[in-house]
Amino acid sequence: MRATLERASPARIARRPTRPQLIKGGVTAVLLLFAFFALPELLSLYYVDTMTQVAVYSIVTLALGLLVGRVGLYSLGQAAVLAIGAWAAARLLFATTQPYPLVLLEAGLITMLAGLLIGLPALRLRGLYLALITLMLAGSITVVLATVNFPNGGHGFLGYNGGLLHIPPIRRPSIAASDPAYFRYSMVVAVLMFALVLAHIKTRPGRAWAAIRQSEPAALAAGINIWFYKLWAFALASFITGVAGGVLAGAIHYLYSINFPTQDSITLLAVTLMGGVFSLWGAVVAALLYQFLPALLNNWGVSADWLIILFGVGVLQVLTTAPAGLADQVPRDLARLGRFLGRRLRRRPGGDAE
Amino acid sequence: MIEVDGLTVRYGGVTSLDAMSLTFEQGTCGLIGPNGAGKTTFFNVLSGFVRPAAGTVRAFGADLLSMAHYRRARWGVRRTFQTEQAIEELSVFDNVAMVHEHARLGGASRRGDVLDALTFTGLDADPETKVRTLGAGQRRLVEVARAVVGRPRLVLLDEPAAGLPDEETRHLAEVIRRIPEHTGALAILVDHDMSLVSACCATTAVLDFGKLIASGPTAAVLRDEAVIRAYLGVA
Repeated sequence: MRATLERASPARIARRPTRPQLIKGGVTAVLLLFAFFALPELLSLYYVDTMTQVAVYSIVTLALGLLVGRVGLYSLGQAAVLAIGAWAAARLLFATTQPYPLVLLEAGLITMLAGLLIGLPALRLRGLYLALITLMLAGSITVVLATVNFPNGGHGFLGYNGGLLHIPPIRRPSIAASDPAYFRYSMVVAVLMFALVLAHIKTRPGRAWAAIRQSEPAALAAGINIWFYKLWAFALASFITGVAGGVLAGAIHYLYSINFPTQDSITLLAVTLMGGVFSLWGAVVAALLYQFLPALLNNWGVSADWLIILFGVGVLQVLTTAPAGLADQVPRDLARLGRFLGRRLRRRPGGDAE
Repeated sequence: MIEVDGLTVRYGGVTSLDAMSLTFEQGTCGLIGPNGAGKTTFFNVLSGFVRPAAGTVRAFGADLLSMAHYRRARWGVRRTFQTEQAIEELSVFDNVAMVHEHARLGGASRRGDVLDALTFTGLDADPETKVRTLGAGQRRLVEVARAVVGRPRLVLLDEPAAGLPDEETRHLAEVIRRIPEHTGALAILVDHDMSLVSACCATTAVLDFGKLIASGPTAAVLRDEAVIRAYLGVA
């Protein structure tokens, strides 16, 4: 007993990265660098814009994955939260000449406040009831937005003028006016948001969330203020979704309430589950499913409406065979395939394959 | 030391604890009784999950019932559950560190305290392994480490050996017996396994239908007529 404990002592606990961790970090770095430098050069403008959307929605699915996967809170109001962020950012961009990063930060904070107002009463509920109440709230926000409209350069608090003939586009940062540059800008914002979430998951709040998800009584007994940490998760998710809304505003230049239908929130939860809620990569996979796949189908002349069926089947498949989502399943299956092929290839030269 | 006086808990028409009064001085104390006697209810009162209809609980001079439940952990109440609750997706180290950081003991001593708690339990596993890869006995030891890390004052163990093979139960018994001398806390063990209670506890109290029917040195309590009747039923 003694011996094993000494083995487990200081040296091993100095958290040196393990081999799989190094490989994972290396792959991540290569993929990010490739996406940042090469992707805009290789893709047509159509797909560059699509990838900007992927960057934006990866933040949205990251937020949703955080709530569902880390804390166990099912929210069906994520598209509405995104709309709030886009609205706030558009209003600030028309009203002020503040630098874009500042506007994103403010849009995030405003959305966080809105999220907290929703979360304060909603977090007394759990599971299906929380999902239901957030869906109803999303519906309400859609109705409100359809009435007040998105800012279009008008005056007053709402910044909307229905009589405008020449609607000015929502501005972009001066360093990222072109589409490829804006894609890179969106990617940097997305990476920052992922880093922010990672910093939470790896530290005190992440441990508290894990405890809450496993068992609320046990978390309480461990001295965790459950209500506070749930609210924290809600605030963080709202903040990053608000920032994503700000990036979205600049990406599409013109915002309309029909861009944010309530059903998007449901589809978002579906793709988030399919991508995988227990890994940050899951959010990227989810965003690809949500934005890249429809763009691909559109380009091929196939209606993207078919995807709703595919997503339905996909969620079923994930929930029954791979609860950790595609981000977990695909690398595992690829590794298995690799081992299988490796065995076949090694056997061939010996001549005993057949 | 813990002094319970006139503790009564009712769930609707069912009286789960009936004016229970009990004093445990020190060491590891056993609390036994047939199913439904109110043992877990008593723990739930101490943890703050259940609000009693009447009664007081004083532990080391503090009025426990007036504290919010998450503050009790800060004060020093620790607990394990009947169904093991180690957090699967966190490492062994993080499982224990999490309790430490919510007990407001400061970050400087955390690493040392966590390793000390793990050493104390004799857990044979790398602190960086994820709990989901551990066996049942090892997970129970992680739970015990969570219960003793830092400065606990009251350690509540709810059937910690449920489902463990004999050898692991013997090791666990030895660990539980040493909790008071190692931490200075009062430990209360709820279990059905008489051999475990005999091995760990100098003092034992017996509950039956929410009432205290015996209390005293373990060997004497286990020979008590009323206790035998409660366990075997009255002819």
